[in-house]
Amino acid sequence: MSKDNEILEELTSREYEHGWSVDYEADEAPIGLNENIIRWISSKKEEPQWLLDWRLKAFEQWRKMDEPTWANVHYPKIDLQSLRYYSAPKQKSKSKKISDIDPELLKIYERLGISLNEQKRLQGVAVDVVLDSVSVGTTFKDTLSKLGVIFCSFSEAVTEHPDLVKKYLGSVVPATDNYYAALNAAVFSDGSFCYIPKGVRCPMELSTYFRINAANTGQFERTLIVAEDQSYVSYLEGCTAPQRDENQLHAAVVEIYAAKNAEVKYSTVQNWYPGDKNGKGGIYNFVTKRGICAGDNSKISWTQVETGSAVTWKYPSCILKGDNSIGEFYSVAVTNNYQQADTGTKMIHIGKNTRSRIVSKGISAGKSQNSYRGQVQVMKRATNSRNFSQCDSLLMGDQCGAHTFPYIDIQNPTAKVEHEATTSKIGEDQIFYCNQRGISSEDAVALIVNGYAKEVLNQLPMEFAVEAQKLLALTLEGSVG
Amino acid sequence: MLSIKNLHAAIEGSPILNGINLEIKAGEVHAIMGPNGSGKSTLASVLAGREEYEVTEGSVTFKNKNILELSPEDRAREGIFLAFQYPVEIPGVSSTNFLRTAVNQVREYRGQSPLDAVKFLSLMKEKMKLVEIDQKLLSRALNEGFSGGEKKKNEIFQMAMLEPTLSILDETDSGLDIDALKVVANGVNQLKTKDNATIVVTHYQRLLDYIVPDFVHVLYKGKIVKSGTKDLALELEAKGYDWIKDELSGATV
Repeated sequence: MSKDNEILEELTSREYEHGWSVDYEADEAPIGLNENIIRWISSKKEEPQWLLDWRLKAFEQWRKMDEPTWANVHYPKIDLQSLRYYSAPKQKSKSKKISDIDPELLKIYERLGISLNEQKRLQGVAVDVVLDSVSVGTTFKDTLSKLGVIFCSFSEAVTEHPDLVKKYLGSVVPATDNYYAALNAAVFSDGSFCYIPKGVRCPMELSTYFRINAANTGQFERTLIVAEDQSYVSYLEGCTAPQRDENQLHAAVVEIYAAKNAEVKYSTVQNWYPGDKNGKGGIYNFVTKRGICAGDNSKISWTQVETGSAVTWKYPSCILKGDNSIGEFYSVAVTNNYQQADTGTKMIHIGKNTRSRIVSKGISAGKSQNSYRGQVQVMKRATNSRNFSQCDSLLMGDQCGAHTFPYIDIQNPTAKVEHEATTSKIGEDQIFYCNQRGISSEDAVALIVNGYAKEVLNQLPMEFAVEAQKLLALTLEGSVG
Repeated sequence: MLSIKNLHAAIEGSPILNGINLEIKAGEVHAIMGPNGSGKSTLASVLAGREEYEVTEGSVTFKNKNILELSPEDRAREGIFLAFQYPVEIPGVSSTNFLRTAVNQVREYRGQSPLDAVKFLSLMKEKMKLVEIDQKLLSRALNEGFSGGEKKKNEIFQMAMLEPTLSILDETDSGLDIDALKVVANGVNQLKTKDNATIVVTHYQRLLDYIVPDFVHVLYKGKIVKSGTKDLALELEAKGYDWIKDELSGATV
């Protein structure tokens, strides 16, 4: 016991690797939240009137809404009036070409290990980088546009492709869907936009890297992915933030639209600053992600590796509207120290023969609380629909908690719904067994945890699976009791 | 090679080993027998460095090193191998991946370069034959869903891969049918050289028909109360452990 606790102590006090910040000249909105701020953001972005109206309507609704309290997370009330809703690095050029980005900003990404130089990039991954409130650049745009694939910042999409944005914005996550989604709709500042035309199989991974740099600023971005008939795209997002004593709010919205026979794979490696080992600081990650399989035979697959954030509240969901459509959710959520996560998914079966699969692997260490919350709903006309859910929890030490909240609502008698759940502990027996074969305790934990999470990690694109494996090991190394 | 002197050990304050003395030389096979609760498995665990057991007195030197000061992983890297009575399951981690991590960490400790995938796989192929283990089994998660026999074979396979100087087989015969027992024993015998030694911890004489010991020790109430050759094991088989108990209580009256 004592030795394990020592290792726990030593490794959980590891510093967060991406905790640094840089000073840059910023274009900032005044602190506070009101209609004028929304107008300020909208005019800053030179938005059309319809979008401002959309924001204002969301804001009006949001004011009537209450912050949700049903999640199994506890944190002091966030004073939304004390936040800044827009902070952007001043850029000399309006161009979003990588070659025109301020070299100082590029350095931030170099330091994070993300080279934006297209020659140096991993082959086959295009990146949009979002720093605080704005997208600072997108790579491989020319290559993609030859295929008709649109991959750009949200702001650019509003200007360049207003019809597409107007058609799909809020179509999956309505502006007033929930408290944080409504807040996002009112104040969102940027994000990524992807459009894959009919019959196109996007030849490279599309990814967005989110970085919060400014203090006391919330990040509210929106991602919208539209996959037309018979198209395919794999999209990834990664996130980091500086180490600060105050909590910072990140309330994003992701919408995915999959038409007939389209397939969208969405992967997240979330490594926001989790707070220090005493629970001070860290990101509040309150995110709404939802996809609709609108067309027959379409498929949406969510994969998430959640290691960061002080508090996570996130349920990437699928609305299976098209007949024979498929929804998948693969998740590894790790909490350590005082982190809290309430995460899971919703699978709404509307079409016939729809299928969904949920694989959730929670890992709790330290004094953290980790909850899985999932809903499987089978509507009346969804004959022969099937769901399989597996929720596993792994506990490390005796001061953390793992919770499972499955909700099942079946309105069609032909539905087949299966739910399996396990809870296990990384045993001293397992560690000792590895030790006895010459494997150190740190490596033993990494081995055991990666084995446990394998089914989910296998879903990630190659380049990111390796990164995620390392991240898991780093977050948890030795946290055994 | 291994010298145990006056070893006392306790778990949660209650003493289990009460002064064990044992000398093991290279090339020897020692059997440790004894009734349930006599401390056989405790001895195996203490040698491997399981930390629930507290060594309260005595010394253990292995290749002239005081191993009681070493962590379990360093003892393993020094060449001590424990074949577990109940091998643990590690879901999602293939035996191959597990062993590759182990082999390379041991090599690193010994100042050798890690084996690349090709060399590692050819080493595996070579050692697989020893215990007639199926390659399919090794690509499955470690011990997960393995039968009792498969788990024990896998232990001996790991032993073959790690090439220890001292192997401790903790009730390797438990839960094995006769065919599996022969395969396991055959593997152990093939691994025997003049430079390594084996401790066979067992309850029954049966295993010793296949792994023939040079010495047999009877452990009772945490002490070695009788030592002898293979014949002692046969005598125990014929008379049962009560004979030893009676003899001992007679001696002390």
